[in-house]
Amino acid sequence: MSISRRKFLGWIGAAGMTSAVGRKAHAASNKQFTGYAEANAVLHDISLCIGCRKCEDACNKVNDLPPPKASFSDLSVLEASRRTDAYTYTVVNQKQTSGNAKPVFFKNQCNHCLEPACASACFVQAFRKTDTGAVTYDETVCVGCRYCMVACPFEIPAYEYDKALTPRVTKCTMCYPRLIDGKLPGCVEACPAEALSFGKRDDLLALARERIRKFPERYVNHVYGEHEMGGTSWLYLSNVPFDRIGMRMDLGTRPAGELTAGALGAVPIVVGLWPILLGGIYAVSKRKDKIAAEEQAEAVAAALEEANAAADARLTSELEKAEKQKQLAIEKEVQKALEEQAAAAAEKAAGADGTADVDKPEAGDDDSRSSTE
Amino acid sequence: MSDHTAETGKSVFTLFNLVAGIIVVMGLILTFLRFTGGLSTVTNLSDYNPWGIWIGFDLLTGVALAAGGYVTSAAVYIFGMKKYHSAVRPAVLTGFLGYALVVLALNYDVGRPWRLPYPFIMQQGTTSLLFEVAACVALYLSVLFLEYSPAALEWLGLKRARNLAIKLTMALTFFGVILSTLHQSSLGALYLIAPSKLHPLWYSTYLPVYFFVSSIIAGISMVLFESTLSHRYFKDKMSRTYLDEHNPVTLGFGKAASYVLAGYFIIKIIGISVDNNWHLLGTGYGVWFLVELLGFVALPCFLYAVGVREKNLLLIRCTAVWTVLGVVLNRLNVSLIAFNYHLPSTERYVPHWMEVGITLFIVTLGVLAFRFIVTRMPIFYEHPDYEDAH
Amino acid sequence: MGDVFLTLQDFMTFTKGVTYLIMVAALCGIGLFWRFLNARDDD
Ligand code: SF4
Ligand code: SF4
Ligand code: SF4
Repeated sequence: MSISRRKFLGWIGAAGMTSAVGRKAHAASNKQFTGYAEANAVLHDISLCIGCRKCEDACNKVNDLPPPKASFSDLSVLEASRRTDAYTYTVVNQKQTSGNAKPVFFKNQCNHCLEPACASACFVQAFRKTDTGAVTYDETVCVGCRYCMVACPFEIPAYEYDKALTPRVTKCTMCYPRLIDGKLPGCVEACPAEALSFGKRDDLLALARERIRKFPERYVNHVYGEHEMGGTSWLYLSNVPFDRIGMRMDLGTRPAGELTAGALGAVPIVVGLWPILLGGIYAVSKRKDKIAAEEQAEAVAAALEEANAAADARLTSELEKAEKQKQLAIEKEVQKALEEQAAAAAEKAAGADGTADVDKPEAGDDDSRSSTE
Repeated sequence: MSDHTAETGKSVFTLFNLVAGIIVVMGLILTFLRFTGGLSTVTNLSDYNPWGIWIGFDLLTGVALAAGGYVTSAAVYIFGMKKYHSAVRPAVLTGFLGYALVVLALNYDVGRPWRLPYPFIMQQGTTSLLFEVAACVALYLSVLFLEYSPAALEWLGLKRARNLAIKLTMALTFFGVILSTLHQSSLGALYLIAPSKLHPLWYSTYLPVYFFVSSIIAGISMVLFESTLSHRYFKDKMSRTYLDEHNPVTLGFGKAASYVLAGYFIIKIIGISVDNNWHLLGTGYGVWFLVELLGFVALPCFLYAVGVREKNLLLIRCTAVWTVLGVVLNRLNVSLIAFNYHLPSTERYVPHWMEVGITLFIVTLGVLAFRFIVTRMPIFYEHPDYEDAH
Repeated sequence: MGDVFLTLQDFMTFTKGVTYLIMVAALCGIGLFWRFLNARDDD
């Protein structure tokens, strides 16, 4: 087996951890945020809109946008569905909802969310929800990553793709500069049908509820923007279901920031725990290596010992052999000496008999001593 | 014998050089167009489709495929699989080049590339997942550079600097794994903010986990794929150790890839279940989802397993290519194909050929840089002065 | 402190910012601590 099972399971377990911690870390979910109490808003009553495009015209003027291809009085533009683009902050669209009833007109622009997705997504904080209610954009820091455009659930921000060096994200500003001056937004001021009302958000919500209560057969019982994506500063009343005119009803009520809070919360937990987890794995694998190395060292030592023992044994036997040979040699010498002595004695005995008898036991003594050694 | 290989190598590269040369010239022209005419001259990006293949392929796929660096160095240095040591340097080099190219591609994509450091030096958009990605990619590119630097320093003969860089290995590996975990998953988390735009089969609160786990798969498969290619073209540069370890590495990595794919398959199924999206499997997008899940996750998982059981190295290598394609497909699905699924087809994005051209240009630069480095620096072999010094 | 933040956006910008700083400190700190922990080991 080329990768040990345990190591491998460790790896998989490590991979699984992200999900576990990601679930738990739900930032800020137990906090309530009230938003800016004095924030402004606009209520767009779709049932009152006559599709005159006066708001588009006004928006173009107050924002110094380049003149459009077809003039704002040309209502045939309404036949094609349009969206905001780099040089158009607001568009009016029309929709034939049922048979030959008269079409519905509705205006579209940045909704100035209470918790803007664009602001949550921007990595240089170019977007800010201000206490006026307007969501502003700061072109002096924008990098142009266009993540805000990915994030906006209402598909509002547009980009100046045609500019090589100074492209900006563009969108309705709620006429922020005019609000600061105490003026109405250009579009609201220009609307001849009172389809746009400007005021404090709470007041406008009450107004919308009031209209629904007064004319229940006229309005759909829903104020679009009250809760969508955490609520917006542009509110809508309609006489046709919102999803029939392309306003998405499936956005949910959770603000964009909550959608990413889990993943963002997992980041510091990974930073906190990964060194511990990885350090643990590292320590274990290093320890294993150490044990393996020790075992190897032990084995080597054992082998050496064995070899030594064998060598010792050989040495002893050699020594014994040498000893034996020595003894043999001695014995031989002794034998020889004895024999010589015996011969000499015999010779002597031939001359004098008495001395030969005394010498004999001495030689015998010598013999027995060498054999016991 | 060595004469012969050198010659075949040369003739391959002459044709290669010609093609590469053409692509580079084209790329330079397109670069000029991009920075004089703006994004609209070279891309099909629109207000509905702010991100095209430069994000979907170059960034998302590029980062996933460059995961080999952290996967291999983690396996060897942290998990202690020493026998894959010879795979580390090529993987780190590929990772380093991969990230460098990702950053290069971003310079084409963002509107004002010279402002790329702004998130760090001007205002920190800490609520953005992109801030997290940007920080990690920037840091990890530096980490990879340092991890790769010993090879360059050995080549330059700067012993002291090289030994210093080697000392950092463990710290860099740890840091690299943490950073990779974070930004690989955060790339998936980028899409968490747009549940209304990404098809529910691909949108999941588990997106970051999916991206992280599949980056491991991509990393392993890329190491296999890239070592197969290198084997063919740079064999004369490879040491005995590298060649000897090549087959066990292939088997071991194949096994790892198979097992991780199995886990990935399971969590993808869990994802369908927790969101109760079973009924969507019957739709057109559902079929496409199943193609990805069965054809590019389950199938390679099985094929890797068969390859490992039967010690079929060829099968493992082919499966690696298939798996890499599967990861590419997944990233494109999330970023382009299943993104904006609610829009009418007239508003959907199809890349302009010049976008593809610039992507091709950037990939070519990567291959050229890889070739330049492995033919000069000790990547596939150990520098004679430092053998056994790890 | 909590009521300074009127929007989730502001709250998260602040808390995540602080958390990022803690992360940097934690990474350096844990590295040093590891060395402190293992400094007396013989290997
Ligand atoms: S509508 Fe879109 S652009 Fe406007 S504030 Fe909301 S998220 Fe931002
Ligand atoms: S394009 Fe500009 S405003 Fe939009 S997210 Fe990127 S940096 Fe922020
Ligand atoms: S509020 Fe101002 S910028 Fe927005 S749509 Fe109206 S006129 Fe245009």
